[in-house]
Amino acid sequence: MDNQTSVKIKAQDVNFFYGKHQALKNIKLDVLANQVTAIIGPSGCGKSTFIRLLNRMNELVSNTVLTGRIYLDGQDIFASCVDSVEIRRRVGMVFQKPNPFPKNIFENISYALEVNGIKNKQFVEERVIESFKKAALWDEVKDRLHDSALKLSGGQQQRLCIARCLAIKPEVILFDEPCASLDPISTRKIEELILELKKDYTIAIVTHNMQQAARVSNYTGFFLLGELIEFDKTETIFKSPKDQRTEDYITGRFG
Amino acid sequence: MRKLIFPVRCCLTAGKNIVQRLKTKIMKKEDKRTICRQADSSRIKQKIGFGIISLCMFTTVLFLFAIICFIGVKGIRVISWEFLTQAPRDSMTAGGVAPAIVGTICLTLGAVLFSFPLGVACAIYLCEYTPKSYIVNIIRISINNLAGVPSVVFGLFGLAVFVKYFGFGVSILSGSLALGIVVLPVIISAAQEALLAVPQSLREASLAVGATKWQTIKKLVLPAAMPGILTGVILSIGRVAGETAPILFTAAAFYLKGYPKSIFSEVMALPYHIYALMTEGSHPDQQTAIAYGCCLILLCLVLLVSAIAIFIRQKQRSYYHG
Repeated sequence: MDNQTSVKIKAQDVNFFYGKHQALKNIKLDVLANQVTAIIGPSGCGKSTFIRLLNRMNELVSNTVLTGRIYLDGQDIFASCVDSVEIRRRVGMVFQKPNPFPKNIFENISYALEVNGIKNKQFVEERVIESFKKAALWDEVKDRLHDSALKLSGGQQQRLCIARCLAIKPEVILFDEPCASLDPISTRKIEELILELKKDYTIAIVTHNMQQAARVSNYTGFFLLGELIEFDKTETIFKSPKDQRTEDYITGRFG
Repeated sequence: MRKLIFPVRCCLTAGKNIVQRLKTKIMKKEDKRTICRQADSSRIKQKIGFGIISLCMFTTVLFLFAIICFIGVKGIRVISWEFLTQAPRDSMTAGGVAPAIVGTICLTLGAVLFSFPLGVACAIYLCEYTPKSYIVNIIRISINNLAGVPSVVFGLFGLAVFVKYFGFGVSILSGSLALGIVVLPVIISAAQEALLAVPQSLREASLAVGATKWQTIKKLVLPAAMPGILTGVILSIGRVAGETAPILFTAAAFYLKGYPKSIFSEVMALPYHIYALMTEGSHPDQQTAIAYGCCLILLCLVLLVSAIAIFIRQKQRSYYHG
């Protein structure tokens, strides 16, 4: 196996419970390095739950149980010796609703560096600019870095969140329905950005928009009622799915 | 023949049209009438509803203004530079109340200094660090009950614990601690509500960039919740400055010549001074006038501090909400 297709994240027999409700059933899924892996499925199928396991965000919800293992570069991320903060540094996340901090635009990014112990002013400044450029936001914010981030438009806020995520140079970026609250033009900008980022990062994206999955991803997994029905190359999933349910969903018969 | 029939026909159709139009007009009018009638009745109901609500509102505001005016008119007579800056003379019938003003400020400041960090820390513990559980619920209920305990009970508690057991004596320290306990629940519940109002998505965003829980609280959640917490402090200052019972046995003195020298000295305080003026002494007329003066000063002090806190809160709010 060459570097292009090495496994970055490996989920093995993952079961996940909210109280008594089983949200994920025996999920086996590999996220390959430097690829975009899309997870599609109808609402409530567990796709967001799954992606939030990959950076241990699920720990914020009480009364949950996880069985099975998730490996990042072969290391079990839920092992007792592993710090969740460390995992989140390596696996960044962009959320469904843009969630900029109630700070100014510059501080939104520098915060990410600050909490990771990077304090050198010049370095921080360079890294902030670099992140904005990578997130294709620099031209829009360079003259207003000290304005409140809450004054930006929804699409700009989401790109700000991506820039914030990029600032700490994660290895993997998880997108949890990043375009759900955005208009088509902002959505296209984010999608272009994802295609651009794929060169340097491993990306997993949850979406309920199948066209989006088809446009940006190399691999697609189809979730239904907590089960992974089918996982394959995106082309295969969309052109010749093996499972009837996948085909029904993709052709719009339900969902 | 034709020439005749044509205009007749025209007249007939025109007539028909007019009748038709009239009919629709009448129908429309009737429609309008029923709609209007409905609208009228809902509008009247709405007016009555608003009327009752505004009446209640004005009554409330009236009470406030009545109190302020009453105290203002009665109190302003004795207010003078001398009244504000000098100690009482001639067995409370002359001179000023400066030591009591200073005492009240000291006690209020002490109580807030004590209860603010404690209350905020407690709220952070309850909101951020503990998962929802049976024990936390019990703690919450206890805190709410603490708010319901009569303040004279805190006074006795203060006497037993701070004055006697810890040996602080009747002092600013004992009084501040007793007052601090009185307002602790107010600050805790205000802080809790302020923390809960910070959206979960902000915490997630912070944790997702590799911040620890503590960093998230310190740098993000707490600053965002600060305006709400300050509201609690505003409320508590009003209460602390006016509370009499908790300082009755723990801090207040009936008469002192000078200002307090340290946190271990007894003080005069405005609310207790008012109480003393009205219940003791041998010159009721002069004393009552001075008591109203004290009331006015107390009111002004509370309003002033509240105004400052509101100003700070507004400033922060405008920053955090763009």
